[in-house]
Amino acid sequence: MWVRIQALMIKEFLALLKDKKTRTVILIPPMVQLLVFGYAATFDLNHIPFALYNEDAGPWGRHMAEAIQGSPHFDLVARISHEADMAPLIDLRKALVIVRIGQHFSRRIAHGEPADMQVLVDGRNSNTALLALNYLRTIVQQFIAQIDEPGQSVALPVKLEVRAWFNPNLESRWFFIPGIVGSLTMIVALLVTALSVAREREQGTFDQLLVTPLRPTEILIGKTVPGFLIGLLEATVIIALARWWFEIPLVGNLVSLYCGLAVFLLSGLGVGLMISSLAVTQQQGLLGVFVFMVPAILLSGFATPIANMPSPVQYLTFLNPMRYFMIVVRGIFLEDMPVDMLLWQLWPMAVIGLIALSFAGWLFRHRLY
Amino acid sequence: MSQSRPRRVHRFPSNNTWMRLRGLMRKEALQIVRDPSSIAIAFLIPVLLLLLFGYGISLDAEHVPVGLVVEQPTHLTAEFTASFFHSRYFLPISFDSMTAAEEALREHRVNAIVRLREPFGKQISAGAVAPVQVIVNGSDANTARLIIGYVEGATARWLERLVREGRTRPLPIAIEPRIWFNAEVRSRNFLVPGLVAVIMTLIGALLTALVMAREWERGTMEALMTTPVTANDILLGKIIPYFFLGTGGMVLSVVMAIGLFDVPFRGSFWVLALAGGIFLSVALGMGLLISVLAKNQFVAAQAAIIVTFLPAFLLSGFLFDIGSMPPLIQGITYIFAARYFVEILQSAFLAGTIWPLFIPNLIALLIMAGLFLGLCRFIFRKRLE
Amino acid sequence: MFAPNLAMSPSSEPAPHQTDSSAEIQDIVLTFHDVSKSFVSGHRVIHALTRVSFTVRRGTVTGIIGPDGAGKTTLMRLAATLLRPDQGHISVLGMDTQREAAAIYGQIGYMPQRFGLYEDLTVQENLDLYADLHGLDHDHRSARYRQLMVMTGLEPFTRRLAGQLSGGMKQKLGLACSLLGTPPLLLLDEPTVGVDPLSRRELWTIVDRLVREEGTSVVLTTSYIEEAERCPDVLILHEGTILGRAHPSTFKREIEGRVYQIHSSAVHKRLIHATLTDRPEVVDAMVQGESVRLVLRDPHPETLAAIVPAIPQLSIAPVPPRLEDWFIVKLRQQASQPAVRSQLKPLTASQTSLSPAPRAPVIQVRHAQRRFGDFYAVHDVSFDVLSGEIFGLLGPNGAGKSTTFRMLCGLLPPSGGHLTVAGVDLRRARSAARQRIGYMSQKFSLYRDLSVRENLRFFSSAYGLRGDRRRERNNWALDQFGLRPFADAVSGELPLGYKQRLALACALMHEPDILFLDEPTSGVDPLARREFWHRILELAGRGVTIMVTTHVLEEAEYCDRIAIMAHGRLLTLGTPDEIKRRARTVECPTPSLEDAFVYLIHTERRQAVVS
Repeated sequence: MWVRIQALMIKEFLALLKDKKTRTVILIPPMVQLLVFGYAATFDLNHIPFALYNEDAGPWGRHMAEAIQGSPHFDLVARISHEADMAPLIDLRKALVIVRIGQHFSRRIAHGEPADMQVLVDGRNSNTALLALNYLRTIVQQFIAQIDEPGQSVALPVKLEVRAWFNPNLESRWFFIPGIVGSLTMIVALLVTALSVAREREQGTFDQLLVTPLRPTEILIGKTVPGFLIGLLEATVIIALARWWFEIPLVGNLVSLYCGLAVFLLSGLGVGLMISSLAVTQQQGLLGVFVFMVPAILLSGFATPIANMPSPVQYLTFLNPMRYFMIVVRGIFLEDMPVDMLLWQLWPMAVIGLIALSFAGWLFRHRLY
Repeated sequence: MSQSRPRRVHRFPSNNTWMRLRGLMRKEALQIVRDPSSIAIAFLIPVLLLLLFGYGISLDAEHVPVGLVVEQPTHLTAEFTASFFHSRYFLPISFDSMTAAEEALREHRVNAIVRLREPFGKQISAGAVAPVQVIVNGSDANTARLIIGYVEGATARWLERLVREGRTRPLPIAIEPRIWFNAEVRSRNFLVPGLVAVIMTLIGALLTALVMAREWERGTMEALMTTPVTANDILLGKIIPYFFLGTGGMVLSVVMAIGLFDVPFRGSFWVLALAGGIFLSVALGMGLLISVLAKNQFVAAQAAIIVTFLPAFLLSGFLFDIGSMPPLIQGITYIFAARYFVEILQSAFLAGTIWPLFIPNLIALLIMAGLFLGLCRFIFRKRLE
Repeated sequence: MFAPNLAMSPSSEPAPHQTDSSAEIQDIVLTFHDVSKSFVSGHRVIHALTRVSFTVRRGTVTGIIGPDGAGKTTLMRLAATLLRPDQGHISVLGMDTQREAAAIYGQIGYMPQRFGLYEDLTVQENLDLYADLHGLDHDHRSARYRQLMVMTGLEPFTRRLAGQLSGGMKQKLGLACSLLGTPPLLLLDEPTVGVDPLSRRELWTIVDRLVREEGTSVVLTTSYIEEAERCPDVLILHEGTILGRAHPSTFKREIEGRVYQIHSSAVHKRLIHATLTDRPEVVDAMVQGESVRLVLRDPHPETLAAIVPAIPQLSIAPVPPRLEDWFIVKLRQQASQPAVRSQLKPLTASQTSLSPAPRAPVIQVRHAQRRFGDFYAVHDVSFDVLSGEIFGLLGPNGAGKSTTFRMLCGLLPPSGGHLTVAGVDLRRARSAARQRIGYMSQKFSLYRDLSVRENLRFFSSAYGLRGDRRRERNNWALDQFGLRPFADAVSGELPLGYKQRLALACALMHEPDILFLDEPTSGVDPLARREFWHRILELAGRGVTIMVTTHVLEEAEYCDRIAIMAHGRLLTLGTPDEIKRRARTVECPTPSLEDAFVYLIHTERRQAVVS
C-alpha cells in the first residue's frame, strides 16, 4: 500500500513541478503577492493631503495651522482664501480634508469663548474620512491642553490614557500580513488540487488509475500529500518573510502555528479536491475555485471583522475554514494564543477538512459522467 | 478538353467580414447559452457576491463589547458610563476587577477595557484632570482605532452634558466636521461601488480566460484557421458576445447597488456606461490575453486565479487607500485597471460627474484596453506555430 | 534524386493533358517544391519533412500513407497554410502558401484530425457557422445544405448537438462543414481514425461522388492501408521523405507471388503464426480467421516448402497481394525500424497449451444493462470469455462497446444484470482483485507531462511492485517495447506508435491474467499494429485472457471469438470464420470480415425499421 501511495505522490509532484509554466504559476506569485500586498493592505493613513483656509488674522489660527502641519499624518497641499476654491479641491481628490479657521478664531480664544473650526472631509471613502477626522481630533485636543493656562480651571476634565495590547502602535500591517499568510496558503492549496482530478478525467488517466489496485483512500492521500508539502513549504517562506521582512512580531510558538497551518491546509486541500472531483471539465473546476475562494477570503475576517457582519452572514462564516485560521494565525503572531483557545479553532477546520476529503474520495468512484 | 474538367464555382463574395463575424458571434452566443456556466459567471456571481459582500463587508463596528471597570462607583462615574450604555456602538460589560477584565480581553470576550480609577470622582470634583485608562486589543488595528474614536465620542458627549449643565466651561475649540458625499459615513456607500469593479474584473477575466485555450484543446481552432476568417474576426467574434454578457452583469450590479443597498447615485448614467464599457473591454482583454498566451486550460485557469481577484481587491483602492501605500506599490497599482474604474465609480456614485477627475482615468482605461487587445492581436497569429 | 512525380502519374487516369503545358499547370492543384520542416521539442530537433517535392493533379484522390511520425500531418498542415515551411515553397491551386495565404483559405476544405466541430452546437448550427465563415451567400445556402445533408445522410439529425453524434456521424458532419464552400481542393487528415467500418465505407462513397460530380481534388492521409487501396494515387511517406508514389496496383505487382495463406486443421493457427513469424525468409505473418497469411522475402515457392516444416494436414494457397503487404515489405527494409521482433522469444510447442481443452469462463456477463436517462446504452447483453481466449467486441460507434467495457472494468456501475471478472465484480471487489487485470484505453491514457521512465515507474508502483522486482519489470518494459532510446522523453511528445507501446507496457507491468484493450490500435500504423498483435498473441499463448474492442476488422481476425454489438444489444457471437459464413450471400459468396460486419449491421437496421 505504501509503495502505491508513494508512487502516486511522486507522480503528483512531477505533474505539478515538471511543467515550467505550472511551476512558475504555483511558486512565484505567492511570494510576490506577499511583498506587494503586504505594503498595500493597510488602513494606516499618512500624508493625508489637506488644504488650509485660514480667515483668522490672529496668532491662534496660525498656531493651530502649524500644529496640523507639524503632524506626520498631514501634508499641506494648498492654502486657499475663497470659499469657492474649496469644492474643486475635494472633488478632484487633491485634498482629503479642508480645515477652515473662522475669522474670529483668535479673538474668541482670547475671550475664553469657544472658537469654531470647520473641517470638511471627502466621504467617498468613509473609512479614510473617519480616520482622518480622528487624527485631527487628537491634534486639536493636544492643542487645547497647550492653551490651558494655569490658574484657570481645566477645559478638559478627563484625559484618555490609551494603551493597545498586542500592537502598541496600532499598525494595521501587523493585522493584515498574518491574514495574507492565510489567504495565500489557501490559494496555493486550491491551485494545486482544484484542477487535478478534473484534468485527469479530461485526459482519461483517471480511469487508468481506477483500474489499478489503488483504493480511493490511497488516491486521496497521494493527491493530498504533495499539495500539503508544497503548501507547507510556501507558507514557511511566507511566514519567514512576514517575520523578518515585515518585522511582524511572532510572539506565539511555532509548534502551535504549524499545527494550525497543517489543519488549515488539510481543509483547504480537501475543499480543493472536492471541487475537483465534482467538476467534469477544468472550466467547471475553475469556476468552483472562484465560487469558493472569493467568499472564503472576504468572509474570513481577513479585511473586515466578522463581528461587523449581519448575523445570518456571521453564521455562514462558520462553514469557512479560513475564518478559524485567521484567528489562529493572528492569535499566534501577535497574542501568544493559549493552547485551549487554539484547539477551539482547530477542530472545526479539521471537521470541514475531513468531510470534504471523504466526499472527494467517495466522488472518485461515484461521479457519473 | 476543358469540358472534361469540372466547373469551378466562384461564389465567394471576396470581403465578407461582417458575415464571418456574425457567424462567429452567433456560434459563441450559442455556446454561452448551451453551457450554463458562462451565464452563471455573468449573472449569478455578481448577484451572489454583491449580496454577500454588500451585507457582509462592513467597516462600521457596532455593539462592540467593551469591559467597564469602575473602581469606586459614584454618581459622576455613573454619568460617565451612561454615555456608553446609551451608544449603539458599545455593548458594555461591567467587571469588578481589572484582572477579570484583562482576562476577558485576552480571550476576545471584550475588545476594549475602559477603567475609571478610584479617585475619578474626587479628581473631577476638585477640577483636576482625571485620567481614564483605555486598553484596546490592537490586533485588528483598524477596529481598535475605531473603538478609540468611539470612546472619545462618548467622552465628548459626557462633556457636553457637563457644559450644558454649567458644571464646566466649554472647550476652547470646537471642531465642526462636515463629511461630504457620505454624510452618515456609511462604509457600504463606498464599498459597494468599488465592489462593482472587483466583480467585473473577475467576471471579465473568467469569461474569456478559457475560451481560446478551449478551442486549441478541442482542435476547433485548426478548422477555423483554414477558413477565410482573419485573426481579427476570431478575436472580435470572441470579445463582442462576452462584452454583451458582461454588460448584463454590470447593469445588474449597478441596479442592485442602487436599488438594494441604497447607495446614492449622483453622477450620470451615460458616463457610467461609457466607463463601464471601456473597463469591461480591459477585463475581457486581460482574460483573452491569458487565454491566447496559455493555449492550455490548466495554466490559463491558474493564471486567471492569480492575476485577477487579489490585485483587484487589494490594489484598486476599493478598500485600502492607495495614497497611503509606499511609492513603489503605488506605482504598481497603475497597472491594474480596477484602480481607475474604482475611482470613477466611487465619484460617479457619491459625488457626481467630475470631468477633470474622470478624463485621466478614462484615458488610462482606454490605453489599457488598447494595450491588452493589441497584445492579443499581436500574439495571436493565424498559424499553428 | 527527387524526380518529378509526373512520370509516375496514376495509371488509372488516361493522362489527357500531357501535351498542353499551360493546361498542365492549370491542372495541378497542389505543389510541394523541396519543402523541409522541423520542430524543436525540448532539446531535440525533429525533422518532420525533409526536402519533399510532389504535385497533385486535379480531380483525383491522393492517399498519403506512412507510419507514425512520417510527417503526414505536418504535410497536411503545410498544405492548409497552417504551418510555414522552413525551406522550399508550396503552392495551392497556383497560389503560394506564404504570400497568398488569405486567398487560399476560401479555396480549400480542410478537416483536421478531430473533425473541428463545436460539440455544443447542433448540426445545423455548425453548418451555419462554417457557411458564414466561408462567406457563402444566403441564396445558395439552402440548396448546398440539402445537397450535403443528403450526401452524408445527416438530414434527420440537423437539430441534434454535434457532441451527441456517433463518431461516424461526426466525421461526416466535419466533412460536410469543410465542403460548404465547394472547395476545389479537399484536405482530409486521418479522416477515418476511430470510426467504424460502416461509416468508413460511407465516407468513401461520398469522396468518390465528390470527385465524380464536383470535380473536387482530394488529398487524404490514412494509417489504414486498405483504405489507400481505394485511391488511384498513393504517396508513401517515411521519416519525412517520399518513399514511392504510384497506383496501388503498381506497388502490388512488385510483390506478386510472395503472398500465401496457410491453414492446418491439426495445428492451432497461433502456433503456426508463432513458428513462422520469426523465420528470416518471412517478412510478414498474420492471423486471418483460422488461417495464417504469409509474405515471403523472395518470390520462390521452394523457400516456402523449406520454411514450412512438417505441419500435418497443411494447405497452402497463393493469394493476391495487398498494398499493405507491400508497405510492410518496404518498411521492413528500412534499417531504422527498431528490431523489436528479435527480442521476443519464439514460442515452442511446449510453452503453449494450444489444445482447445475445455477452459473455465473468466469473464461472465449476464443480462447486463446500462441506462442513461431513458436511453439504453447496453440492453440485456450476456456472454462469457474463456480463460486464455482473445475475445473481440465489435460494433459501430455508439453500439455500447465502450459502455460494456467500462462496466467490466468497474468504472461504471451497471443498471441491471451481473458482470464478473475472475469471479468478482470489479466495482465492489477489494483492490487486490484489480491486481489481476490490465487496462489500456483508446486514448493511451498516460501522464503526458511525465517521461517514459516516470510513467513506467508510476504504474509499476501503482500495482505494488517494489525494489528489484520493479527495476526488473521497468527494464523489461524498456527493452521489450523498444522504449529505451526514449526513456527520458516526455511521453506526450512520443509518436503515436510509441505511446501505444508505452500504454501496453504500463498495462502489463504487473503481469495481469486478464487484459482489457479498448481500441488499442486506433490511429497507429500497420507496422506498429502488427507488432502490437504479435505481443498480444504471445500473451494469449501464455494463458492471458484478452478482451479487445476495435474498429479495425483486420484485428478482429486475430480473435478467437468475436461478438458484434449494435444499439446496445448483442447481434452475433462466434469465431471470425463463423461470422463470415453467416454473412454469405449470393452476391458475396466469400465475404471478408468487413463485408460480414457491414452486412450484419445493415440487416439489423432493416429489421429495426421493419419492427
